[in-house]
Amino acid sequence: MNTNLAAETAGNAVSGSGRRLPQELNIFFILIAIALIFEVLGWIFAGQSFLLNPQRLTIMILQVSVIGIISVGVTQVIITGGIDLSSGSVVGMTAMIAAGFAQSSTWARAIYPSLTDLPAIVPIATGLIIGVLAGLINGALIAYTRIPPFIATLGMMVSARGISKWYTKGQPVSGLTEQFNFIGSSVAPVVVFLVVALIFHIALRYTRYGKFTYAIGANVQAARVSGINVEAHLLKVYAIAGLLAGLAGVVTAARAQTAQSGMGVMYELDAIAAAVIGGTSLSGGVGRITGTVIGTIILGVMTSGFTFLRVDAYYQEVIKGMIIVAAVVVDVYRQKARRKV
Amino acid sequence: MTTISPATMAAVRASKAIPNAEYLLSAEGVRKEFPGVVALDDVSFRLRRGTVHALMGENGAGKSTLMKILAGIYHPDEGTIKLKGVDVRLQSPLDALENGIAMIHQELNLMPFMTVAENIWIRREPKNRFGFVDHSEMRRMTAKLFERLKIKIDPEIEVRHLSVASRQMVEIAKAVSYESDVLIMDEPTSALTETEVGHLFEIIGDLRSHGIGIVYITHKMNELFEIADEFSVFRDGKYIGTHSSTDVTRDDIIKMMVGREITQMFPKEVVPIGDTVLSVKNLTLNDVFYDISFDVRAGEILGVAGLVGSGRSNVAETLFGVTPASSGSIEINGKPIRIDSPNTAIRNRMAFLTEDRKDTGCLLILDILENMQVAVLQDQFVKGGFVKEKQAYAACEEMSRKLRVKTPNLYERIENLSGGNQQKVLIGRWLLTNPRILILDEPTRGIDVGAKAEIHRFVTELARDGVAVIMISSELPEVLGMSDRIMVMHEGRVTGFLDRAEATQIKIMELAAR
Repeated sequence: MNTNLAAETAGNAVSGSGRRLPQELNIFFILIAIALIFEVLGWIFAGQSFLLNPQRLTIMILQVSVIGIISVGVTQVIITGGIDLSSGSVVGMTAMIAAGFAQSSTWARAIYPSLTDLPAIVPIATGLIIGVLAGLINGALIAYTRIPPFIATLGMMVSARGISKWYTKGQPVSGLTEQFNFIGSSVAPVVVFLVVALIFHIALRYTRYGKFTYAIGANVQAARVSGINVEAHLLKVYAIAGLLAGLAGVVTAARAQTAQSGMGVMYELDAIAAAVIGGTSLSGGVGRITGTVIGTIILGVMTSGFTFLRVDAYYQEVIKGMIIVAAVVVDVYRQKARRKV
Repeated sequence: MTTISPATMAAVRASKAIPNAEYLLSAEGVRKEFPGVVALDDVSFRLRRGTVHALMGENGAGKSTLMKILAGIYHPDEGTIKLKGVDVRLQSPLDALENGIAMIHQELNLMPFMTVAENIWIRREPKNRFGFVDHSEMRRMTAKLFERLKIKIDPEIEVRHLSVASRQMVEIAKAVSYESDVLIMDEPTSALTETEVGHLFEIIGDLRSHGIGIVYITHKMNELFEIADEFSVFRDGKYIGTHSSTDVTRDDIIKMMVGREITQMFPKEVVPIGDTVLSVKNLTLNDVFYDISFDVRAGEILGVAGLVGSGRSNVAETLFGVTPASSGSIEINGKPIRIDSPNTAIRNRMAFLTEDRKDTGCLLILDILENMQVAVLQDQFVKGGFVKEKQAYAACEEMSRKLRVKTPNLYERIENLSGGNQQKVLIGRWLLTNPRILILDEPTRGIDVGAKAEIHRFVTELARDGVAVIMISSELPEVLGMSDRIMVMHEGRVTGFLDRAEATQIKIMELAAR
């Protein structure tokens, strides 16, 4: 896993002769440093290796892949200069609704007794469509009513969580089909995460969609004067963020083999943290998917490492909070330094 | 909040020793440079007690910079400021205010959600014995102040409910409440009706009779004769002279304002003028500009002159679909077209270099390549959504070479380039779209002479290639040197057209500043 990333990051540095070295390289070194610190602490306090344990690494990546899927969408939103607070709630909502269409006939208390044993594509498509709809609502509110993205997605965050609770009056949705559970089984979530990351890495770097996303984040007025249909583009970006949150919801339900209304709580913040740690600037116009992937893995390594060292879970949250703030402070200083040039 | 510098405090104390200094406020040998521009060069200014002193000059002549120096917003690089005969170094607007110099900004600085009284007495609120703000005392103080100035505004109303004129009155009352000796007014009548102007002049007359000195910036000639005792003229950052407003004529003043010779050579060529490309009829944007009609032909450069606020830039924005028109029609090549967005404009092969490079031009944090290709990617160098990077890069590189953008490669951030090079990149952005109609708004503002000449050369070449060019500029020599025809605007209306042969700076100013 780490070696793949190394290869990709190195590739960035070489490609596009004359381009500055990507920031991702710094973040990648930070990832390595954090992993090595845990390795050393592991030998000192736990008497064993942190990194040379394939099982632990697999679990670590599995744990963050759902966050990773969301953060790919959130990164794009942040690049436009916006924010998406709704992704965690959309995960919960889509997990519930998708699971409702994924129940097996062997389960006695199916929500839709006449709609059991459907092919997996039905619940998956349902989850994705619900996710896109949530994203479109966010995007339409932001683009056409011009309310701040913070407020629009805050509203969606609260409403979507409400829907996921109301859907079964708080009851979990269980007895899902084998076929549906497959996309959450084994390393499937990791594969989904990496495929999604690759697709949007390419989209941001090599397509017009990507160029316009950065242009809007850099200067929305100039983007508009340059002929970009800013409203339509924002609609697209938020719809994609919704789609990925929906996908994350489906994967979450499949992985747990059940859906609960509380799924995805606080995921939006982890996703934003992953993007920011990965170098995406909250003021817009700056950010890459490679950075976000590394940011996601840093979050995973920290959780896994602290657990490995048996650090109290409450301390873990305190430290995580500090690291997120530190990442933003670094971002602010980086911008200041740039202005002085 | 800034505190008053000890030096200034000392100066103020000392000033009481010289109560009858000849001038209330004076500036000698003031110089102020901004990156790439000398805004003021060896400028002098003297304000007498109990007079209204007008500052006159074209846009960019240096009036605003001088005024901001007098109000403590900018610090001069060289020169001295004397307040009642004593040297002062004003550290901040607050420092100036505490020393009796108050400025009334063109863009008013009141807090909309606070009441009139709260706005006036902010930082100086009367307190009751519990340390809370004493609102009834504040109301009483405001009423007394308004009575003296004959202002009829409810002190308890929130400022956001007031008209612009009323806000202006509140600003003036606030300035007076500081017992200021000097009031600086920046085009105070630009948003006022005639009756309101009358009232304002009454107040100014009253203040003058109380010995207050007023620095009055205006573009309006008739106001000068009506209210000013003296006036000083500035041109290109230089001080031209001070005269009493009773012994000059309007023409004298215009001559002083534009007296500069056309020293720069403009590479204007006579090229064959083709068919009408753009025809605008009765274009109106309510409350901004009215009944604008003009034609531009292939190969023609139409200069647009007028003072800031005359609606020039708004017309350009409307033509390009940034703010769609309220009424009127636009025809391109004889075909009526509704331009509702910049995208539509670009599809009709229009291009628009905006006035404000930073706000509406540059994608500052992105590189030259991204900045240059953003408009052309609307319909070229893209296949199946993917940007044809090599072709796009090659096109941008060629354009960058042609425009002589000084940079090692296209991956340099545009914010690291000089103003002239940024402007070239933005021109390149539009030339890549191969426009037939090119709108340039202040294409050479704030850039060095060399880049300026190059930009003029590109514009000439474009005209030779049959592009219809509309060039808005505040620099009269540029308009005169480059245009085939000049359209002059004043307060949202076209006041006249001048042909290249007949146009002079004086004729333009007469149409622009009636």
